[in-house]
Amino acid sequence: MKLFSDENKAAFSSPLNLNNPVTVQVLGICSALAVTSQLKPAIIMGLSVTVITAMSNLVISLLRKTIPNRIRIIVQLVVVAALVTIVSQLLKAFVYDVSVQLSVYVGLIITNCILMGRLEAFAMQNGPWASTLDGIGNGLGYAWVLVVVGFVRELFGSGKLFDYQVIPDSWYVANGGWYMNNGMMVMPAMSLIIVGCVIWAHRSINKEEK
Amino acid sequence: MAKFKCNICGQTFEADKMPDKCPICQADSSHIEEVHEPGAEPKAKKKGLDTSGNVYTICYAAVMVIIVAFLLAFVSSSLSSIQNANVENDTKGQILTALGYDKATVNVGEVYEQNVKDSIWDKESMRMMPYEGKFKTSYGSAIKSGELHVFTATAADGSKAYVIPVTGRGLWGGLWGYIAIDQNKQTVLGTYFYHEGETAGLGALIGDRPFQEQFIGKPLFAEGVEGIALTVVKNGTPKKGEYEIDGVTGATLTSNGVAGMIQDGLGAYITFINYK
Repeated sequence: MKLFSDENKAAFSSPLNLNNPVTVQVLGICSALAVTSQLKPAIIMGLSVTVITAMSNLVISLLRKTIPNRIRIIVQLVVVAALVTIVSQLLKAFVYDVSVQLSVYVGLIITNCILMGRLEAFAMQNGPWASTLDGIGNGLGYAWVLVVVGFVRELFGSGKLFDYQVIPDSWYVANGGWYMNNGMMVMPAMSLIIVGCVIWAHRSINKEEK
Repeated sequence: MAKFKCNICGQTFEADKMPDKCPICQADSSHIEEVHEPGAEPKAKKKGLDTSGNVYTICYAAVMVIIVAFLLAFVSSSLSSIQNANVENDTKGQILTALGYDKATVNVGEVYEQNVKDSIWDKESMRMMPYEGKFKTSYGSAIKSGELHVFTATAADGSKAYVIPVTGRGLWGGLWGYIAIDQNKQTVLGTYFYHEGETAGLGALIGDRPFQEQFIGKPLFAEGVEGIALTVVKNGTPKKGEYEIDGVTGATLTSNGVAGMIQDGLGAYITFINYK
């Protein structure tokens, strides 16, 4: 068995594009809405979900032959919740600043539907290595959509990127210019519209490949 | 020979393998499915664990829960002393931030030790008592029970200051903060606010320096306003005076929470603030 067989490569790369969890399967929209008003939280959230999806996929994949069918969702939930709790405890003990940054996201990670979706659809049927790759792929597929939405919202909503002012101060109406931040961008509803636009663009680009 | 059933005409028939078309109604093979003889298949197929039995399921769940419980208990108890030290250090850092120190660059423990003294304001005797107990990391319940902590301190610019802990409620959860006021108890020297779980990028902005720095130098009182005047108003509304601070755009409820926290929090200390 090769480490990077075609199937394993597909498990990793298809969620980045053709089988993207957000734009194609429309999973995890709720958290995409909550954390994308700025780039930094969007990236933190994307990376956290990547790590947790990979780890829980690995654990469930190792256990998959022993899990009783009737309580499999409960088992998956327990694994995810236990993992997230342990990771957040470790962060709190050794990198306190990061854990303060992550505090809000912990709950959002546990309830992220991408996690449950991947565990149920992939890790329950496939081996540990393929499952880990699938987890990383899906996490990154989720992350790039978040980053795109976060980029648009932070740039047009507050004229900044990573909290750094990119639109010159002199452009603003307050300083005699012509530019104004779009207050709509800061509102959560706008992220749904942007996600919609991303889905639209993504689907029309990939129209022929389906 | 295997048995097949056509879902279109509902007839069953026998064949060696899956036929292309239903021999009765000519329906496509996608509508045909193999019928297993009851009792014949399942036993032969079984190998390894029987994962669908009741006993197995219950045992599995019980064992899993016990393992996870022990794991979490172990992690939590083995790390709690480090975590508590972190939390304590962070709380001291928050108090120092309100006083104008940069908690990222100074040695928090040392600077706190040298410059800050934890005291309790006794409402009855109108006197400041030194606090001897263990350093607290949250002050909500202490204030409620009448134990009014005041930190007497030297601010980063060398002046004498008092730091008052305040707590309140935001949109999703608790808020807390430390407000440093000058020796005359008239002006804000600095503030620090943080939250349990306000919306990232919106309400959470109250935890960032740009919001907190707006308070520096603002008066606590104003003519024509009873009690504490200092408050937070919706961003963009015309100001009635210096004492109104811009809230966070798109986070009106969190901003209102901060306003309430300042008013109620400092209100609880009104005997201290008015005492000359």
